[in-house]
Amino acid sequence: MQMIQTLKFVKKEIPAWTAGSVDTPAGPVFRVSSDWSRADYWGMIKSRVSAFRMNYSVEPGLYAVGDPTRDSDVFVTANYKLTFDVVRRSLTGMSAWILVLDTKSINVWCAAGKGTFGTDEVVKRITLARLSEVVSRRRIILPQLGAVGVCADRVQKDTGFRVSFGPVEARDIPAYVGAGYKKTKEMSSIKFSMLDRMVLTPMEINPVMKKYPWFAGGVLLLFGLAPTGILFKQAWQFGMLFLALGLAAVLAGAFATPVLLPFIPFRSFAIKGWITGLLATFLTLQAMGGAPGQSVFLLVAAYLLFPALSSYIALQFTGATTYTGMSGVNKELKIGIPIYIITTAISLVLVILFKIREWGLL
Amino acid sequence: MKYLANVTTLQFFSEKCTGCGRCVEVCPHGVFEMRDKRAMVTDRDRCMECGACAKNCEFNAIAVSTGVGCAAAIINSLIYGGEPSCDCSGTASSCCG
Repeated sequence: MQMIQTLKFVKKEIPAWTAGSVDTPAGPVFRVSSDWSRADYWGMIKSRVSAFRMNYSVEPGLYAVGDPTRDSDVFVTANYKLTFDVVRRSLTGMSAWILVLDTKSINVWCAAGKGTFGTDEVVKRITLARLSEVVSRRRIILPQLGAVGVCADRVQKDTGFRVSFGPVEARDIPAYVGAGYKKTKEMSSIKFSMLDRMVLTPMEINPVMKKYPWFAGGVLLLFGLAPTGILFKQAWQFGMLFLALGLAAVLAGAFATPVLLPFIPFRSFAIKGWITGLLATFLTLQAMGGAPGQSVFLLVAAYLLFPALSSYIALQFTGATTYTGMSGVNKELKIGIPIYIITTAISLVLVILFKIREWGLL
Repeated sequence: MKYLANVTTLQFFSEKCTGCGRCVEVCPHGVFEMRDKRAMVTDRDRCMECGACAKNCEFNAIAVSTGVGCAAAIINSLIYGGEPSCDCSGTASSCCG
């Protein structure tokens, strides 16, 4: 099986990150380089900002780093290329085996949550790679976050391999090995630094901005609507402020809230997003000289709608954090969704009232 | 950083604990600590219900109802039915991937 797999791969293009091969009792295995090429860096950037990451993967199976022997460690990881790259870079100067699971090009934690980085897959890959013939020690090291999907006890019962959950971050592997496979508290806790949060924001902003043209169209239509048809000058004059407020709310919810997360008061993401949204609305109104025609209707509508929009967008970030749980998000949504619907409805009514007055009907 | 207080479904039955230490090894938020050869819960509010502890406790000393703490996933499941999951790539949401 392994032979067939290996042949299949050789026929394909040999990946640029390989450096020859290593012979094992279970057949030849690719040796991987610990260095990153320009293509690897470019791949990282693309997968941070777009759907490119959906198919950014490596072939599952066994790989070698350096000159591993029967006594070398086996590190298990996901087949998302960026994850794999971080692991091989972390193993610079070491000799070890890397067992790559088929996680459908998804990172360890998310794949473990879905179950693709799971007990059955670990068992399957150990068997397919004939790991028991390659190494003499019956121990594999999994990333700690893989524990969400992998039951260590069952892997041992099915394969004889004992599972050790290593550090959360691959970069701590050398220190973990150096300390005799012991983790410090630091190594086993997941962090969420400002930089961590910052790199996630493009994938918060992108999906929302895809919907922005619809919002813009709606705003321009509403403000341009006149008894005599659609007046473009009016659409632009009155609509521009709302378009700017919409943009400010997106940035408040999808960028400012994630980046400034611990500095914004309250634990609730909805409240955090509402606060930044309120601030953004206030600042935008100041910068643009208040509501068009100094209308109180529009002013109240703006203060109802845009902080709520920012709040809703900020709540989406719960999907990317390292510390929010389902019970908490459920609670926020249960309270939040009715409020979002009501505030949106009221602001729409206020804008319509403004229009009716503008047309001289009120 | 801590999320909402008193919402986690984490339950720990200390009488079943044998002190193997797996929960301490797998919890990414340091919720468990070893004291007198047994595990104990130090700070429940740090729990994010990932379920790694319960999945790896051989002695069923831990129970937690797990799920994705992701607003987009929960909203999708409210609209389209089914369990909330990270499979939201098609709807261009802000999920992990």
